[in-house]
Amino acid sequence: MSAIMVLVLVGLGLGLLIGIAVKLFAVETDPRIEQVEELLPNANCGACGFAGCADFARAMVGQTASAGQCPSTSDDAVKQICALLGTEASQRTAMVAVVKCGGNAAVAQAAAHYNGISDCRSASLVASGAKNCLHGCLGLGTCARACPFGAIEVIAGLAVVHPELCTGCAKCVATCPRNLIEVAPASTPVHILCNSPEKGAAKMKVCKAACIGCRKCLNAGDEGQIQMAGFLAKINYDNPPTAGIAASCPTKCLQPVAAAARSAQTTLEPCEVTNG
Amino acid sequence: MAEHFLFHGGVHPDDGKSLSCHCTIQDAPLLEKYLLPLQQHIGAPPKLLVKKNDNVLRGQCIAEPGGFVSAAIHAPTSGKVTLVGECPGANGASMPAIEITSDGEDKADQSLAPMTDWQDTDPELLKKRIGAAGIVGMGGAAFPTLVKLSPPPGKPIDVLILNGVECEPCLTADHRLMLESPGRIIAGAQILARSLGLEKVYIGIEANKPDAIRQLRDLTANTNIKVVELRVRYPQGAEKQLIYAITQRKVPAGGLPMDVGCVVQNVATAAAVAEAVIDGKPLYERITTVTGSPVVSPGNWRLRMGTPLSMALELAGGVHSDPAKLIMGGPMMGTSVYRLDIPIMKNTSGILLLSPEEVHQFTSQACISCGRCVDACPMTIMPGTLSVQIENEAFDLAEQWNAMDCIECGCCSYICPAGRPLVQHLRRAKAEILAKRRAAAQK
Repeated sequence: MSAIMVLVLVGLGLGLLIGIAVKLFAVETDPRIEQVEELLPNANCGACGFAGCADFARAMVGQTASAGQCPSTSDDAVKQICALLGTEASQRTAMVAVVKCGGNAAVAQAAAHYNGISDCRSASLVASGAKNCLHGCLGLGTCARACPFGAIEVIAGLAVVHPELCTGCAKCVATCPRNLIEVAPASTPVHILCNSPEKGAAKMKVCKAACIGCRKCLNAGDEGQIQMAGFLAKINYDNPPTAGIAASCPTKCLQPVAAAARSAQTTLEPCEVTNG
Repeated sequence: MAEHFLFHGGVHPDDGKSLSCHCTIQDAPLLEKYLLPLQQHIGAPPKLLVKKNDNVLRGQCIAEPGGFVSAAIHAPTSGKVTLVGECPGANGASMPAIEITSDGEDKADQSLAPMTDWQDTDPELLKKRIGAAGIVGMGGAAFPTLVKLSPPPGKPIDVLILNGVECEPCLTADHRLMLESPGRIIAGAQILARSLGLEKVYIGIEANKPDAIRQLRDLTANTNIKVVELRVRYPQGAEKQLIYAITQRKVPAGGLPMDVGCVVQNVATAAAVAEAVIDGKPLYERITTVTGSPVVSPGNWRLRMGTPLSMALELAGGVHSDPAKLIMGGPMMGTSVYRLDIPIMKNTSGILLLSPEEVHQFTSQACISCGRCVDACPMTIMPGTLSVQIENEAFDLAEQWNAMDCIECGCCSYICPAGRPLVQHLRRAKAEILAKRRAAAQK
């Protein structure tokens, strides 16, 4: 009985000491930091330039960063943060990642069977990967694994961005050994899903969905909406064409991102990526 | 047998040399067109000296070195430059190349005069000639020979080792060269020794080539050249392992052979040096083994640079069954390629075809920590541990664990019971670490 009493007393005593220490050595923190942090996506993607969401929240409360710097926060959350901190909500453009390749297993030829590490950067060191197009998506999903939001999926040997999940944080951009990923304004209705600078005929030989440089989209749109970079059409993101322009493309490489994700899903079975 | 030492690790793959080791070197017929890559060496790209529609002669210098670590390129035949463009390379990427359409006369360029009195020629002139002839290491690395012969002050060189080991399975080009042109190799060794100003010359040959050892021993009796018979173990012919086996000197991690006073040259490089100096013939052709079980008549051919792989296979009679894999180089260190229009380059020692039965499709399993890769690694690094670090993209950690020491010999992948592609992991790490170092150097 006395043992229990001793333990209870020791426990109460220590608890009291801790309670006093907490009051005595309390660190003053701004309660807004925690509130702001809760409104952030907490993916710690680093797109804002700070070391994670907590660091970014501290910077925002300290007025050295603005909520608009985080591409992954929803507009609603940005408004709430701004209301909390009493700052003006700045105008920002929602961005989305675009994998500039439409060459899935059905349209782009594979040059060889690749049996190695299931990672694009490793595969590109072995005879530049097993795709006949030297500029196309290798489809081993290095970008998909890097995405903190699960917005990239490899479907039929092609990395496809799901725009509704993508926040435009750009974490995937640097992982692609072929530099295929670009972050574009999410409002852009169509994208050119090809990045090969080769001549049209050479591209046709290796992929049925390549931009062959026929300039049909150039004529279908208004001036300056689409520009040619060598044999490759490029969307002018400051003055993008309307979605209707996609009909002018003979190879269907001019596509809305969402449509690209959908069509790949409905027409093809997901391809099995073997590891090893 | 007690004249040499054995390096740590290594493996004993089936050498597969019996397919082509008895085949005499044959000359290839003159082709209509050669697609000549401009970058056939490690280092700076050379500067092109010709333009489209220029006429060139066989052996004419068409590109001069673009820096200290660089090499000249020479025309494989006389004719016209019909294209300045690109060609596919063994690494998959396109590389700058020129196409020379032969005029059928094969007229030689005379600008490099034969140096018959090389025994009395100034070593500097010999080096200059070796540079002018565009000679690079022909064992595989294609490192410009002139650079190896010009050690910085403070690095005295006292040993020259000729590498006649040819430990890579299936390749027999060096073996045939040692049997058919031993005089050239010995003359090349003497020229190299003279240009380095040293006396001690060794020729290291693996014991599985007794005929070559006997012949070179007979011819080098009473000279300063010593032929060393080395035990058969892959990778006996790797530079650092060869230096240790012959001199018992250990090249420090991250160091070069010159740090221990050695220069290693392939026997084919030595023969090319002799031809450049004595005959005034620049490096525009090499001996390449075309072999593999699907090949109709495997053998060794003297091919000019710019010959497409398809032509080399045609010379060997084509294939009698569908191959599953095409490799430039040998089975352990070669690069798997998938197109036949890749040209032969200064370092293409072999073309190997493998049948479907010989190609294993591995599924990478988890590392079982058995340590066999550690036992096999001739560079005494830990490939298994490294591969796990690299899978988790911990490249800084991999650098601390000496990933850069890896010579990509393939022993670890060969021995791994879990079928892990260890060399590919290490290759990735080396590429990432090099990229990081380059970025740091630019800052």
